[in-house]
Amino acid sequence: MAVEDLVGAEYSAGFISEVDAETIPAGLDESVVRFISEKKSEPEWLTEWRLEAYRLWREMTPPEWAHVHFPEIDFEEISYYSAPKKPGTGPKSLDDVDPELLRTYEKLGIPLHEQEMLAGVERKTPVAVDVVFDSVSITTTFKDKLAEAGVIFCSISEAVQEHPELVQKYLGTVVPQRDNFYATLNSAVFSDGSFVYVPPGVRCPMELSTYFRINAQNTGQFERTLIVADKGAYVSYLEGCTAPMRDENQLHAAVVELVAMEDAEIKYSTVQNWYPGDKDGKGGIYNFVTKRGACLGDRSKISWTQVETGSAITWKYPSVVLRGADSVGEFYSVALTNNYQQADTGTKMIHLGPNTRSTIIAKGISAGKSQSSYRGLVRTAPTATGARNYTQCDSLLIGSECGAHTFPYIENRNPNSIIEHEATTSKVSDDQLFLCQQRGIDVEKAVSMIVNGFCKDVFRELPMEFAVEAGKLLEVSLEGAVG
Amino acid sequence: MNLLEVKDLHVRVADKLILKGLNLTLAAGSVHAIMGPNGSGKSTLAAVIAGKPGYEIESGEIRYRGELLNDVEPEIRAQQGVFLAFQYPVEIPGVSNMEFLKAAMDNLAAARGEEAPNTVEFMRRVRAIAADLDLNPEFLKRGVNEGFSGGEKKRNEILQLLLLDPSLAVLDETDSGLDIDALQVVSKGVNTYSDADNGVLLITHYQRLLEHIVPDEVHVLADGVIVRSGGRELAFELEEKGYAWLTD
Repeated sequence: MAVEDLVGAEYSAGFISEVDAETIPAGLDESVVRFISEKKSEPEWLTEWRLEAYRLWREMTPPEWAHVHFPEIDFEEISYYSAPKKPGTGPKSLDDVDPELLRTYEKLGIPLHEQEMLAGVERKTPVAVDVVFDSVSITTTFKDKLAEAGVIFCSISEAVQEHPELVQKYLGTVVPQRDNFYATLNSAVFSDGSFVYVPPGVRCPMELSTYFRINAQNTGQFERTLIVADKGAYVSYLEGCTAPMRDENQLHAAVVELVAMEDAEIKYSTVQNWYPGDKDGKGGIYNFVTKRGACLGDRSKISWTQVETGSAITWKYPSVVLRGADSVGEFYSVALTNNYQQADTGTKMIHLGPNTRSTIIAKGISAGKSQSSYRGLVRTAPTATGARNYTQCDSLLIGSECGAHTFPYIENRNPNSIIEHEATTSKVSDDQLFLCQQRGIDVEKAVSMIVNGFCKDVFRELPMEFAVEAGKLLEVSLEGAVG
Repeated sequence: MNLLEVKDLHVRVADKLILKGLNLTLAAGSVHAIMGPNGSGKSTLAAVIAGKPGYEIESGEIRYRGELLNDVEPEIRAQQGVFLAFQYPVEIPGVSNMEFLKAAMDNLAAARGEEAPNTVEFMRRVRAIAADLDLNPEFLKRGVNEGFSGGEKKRNEILQLLLLDPSLAVLDETDSGLDIDALQVVSKGVNTYSDADNGVLLITHYQRLLEHIVPDEVHVLADGVIVRSGGRELAFELEEKGYAWLTD
């Protein structure tokens, strides 16, 4: 047995649900944008906002600087809207939801029934879930309980109807329409996603989460999430994602915007398990995502924690713009690639306000023939006196056919700031595995123990119940990484 | 029954024949020493008994408690009671000694159908052994062998020997790089371990270890075969004359 023998892991969320869906023909023009907007009965300003993005997008070209390789995407071959037929304007209760959908989430282990969740022994604290299936939100749990605390948690489509003033005030303020190719595309055709507003002084009483699933074939998923924490508010939010195993690549181009006012804190965690493609690199999700948070208020804090094990290609850089004085940005990341997966991920910390602080801990694990890159930017503006950044990038290689790369960019325009960068690369060696085996621990357990040890600093940042899941997920993703 | 039987063993490492027909028998309750010049195949013997990948058995047999070991996975051998104390223990950063030892303990117990000790009991045992070996219990929080001095690494190997309590202990040059004090501590540990039910195979280049651990038999390995076997006095003879008179 040697580290060299690498095989693919079984992807357990790879089944396809037979759901009657309304899917529009592939291709993108203004009529498609109008169709989506109309489908959601959107106000005119939003339709115009989408069209403006669409026109900008037509003039743009996909970014080519990332360390990833894939055939050019034909954006005319993608369908931009697919929704399970049953809901209509959205189900009133779970009784209205297609039972096939309920079974889908049951199989995935995502609890949709509030009662069951409350009675559940596995999770001590209930988690409110917004469930997005292809282009629409299926259900959001615990809405009433959250409303008692004044917290708004619903799908973004619903927010457009119920809280248009909040959506209009914040949408596109962190990630503008023209931000980048994929974000601009998203602005034109975004279908659903979550909306959260936590009013001043409120600590959100439970973990919020969104569960995204792509089911339909040849469909892109373009969700849009907007989270606003008003003065002194706190919210912890987690997103999870899976998709069926399909031979074709599927595009996922999401945008997430976070806004933190004075003394507010947003903790955003991701466990990304999109279908990574098979062991020969066929199929899988192209995960081209723009995530950014703005620490607008003084002493505000935004923390990104991500565990990325899925997708054929991951292209994402959850970032924080530190505008408020003494605001804090954090990025904790574990990105695992196996077989032919490619990940180019990292963060941007933009220090604008005085005494702003940021921490970046990025752990990349590469196995098989995969390529994993960390790409990060730390920028301090002339106004960011006393800014501090600490960056640590560690790469772990399993086997000899994979690669790990680090592309750190530092732009320091304030002499009174401190930026630190540390990086290491290590390899799981045959000798380490043999030591474990000699003590009675089999190779798979040994690899998972070593990898978990390597990721400890990041897992610590995940909400407790998800830290365990993340550990298990790594184990599954690495299955067969050493044979 | 013999604990270990090696019969006409030929072993290849990276296309080079290292062991060329080695025979060895070790009964429960006995301590054997394997001595020999550098490059004679001592460490290869230790590695192949433990089943290290890359050590190809071309012909011959290794039997443990009468069962053929040749194609048994290394972790299964460990679970059955074969232990190797490494000459150069590797570091595993990020995995704490505590976590590692507990995982080893749990896996061995599970494989043997026994109940693993709970964390409190486990900690009690580890701390007691660490104290006997002069290891600061703080080491448990550090990564496996991470930042350990050579002596600490060796003492950590002996700690694992005492904690996991195997039936056959192969010690690969455990004495190398130890000062006198550490040598005494390590020897004491091995003597504590050694009893009527288990066996010890000591691989060493120097006779000085044998002043502390008294072997029942001494074998001289040269160019892949055992060229001479005898009692403890053979070691003294080697100390005096060197290896040349046996190998030329």
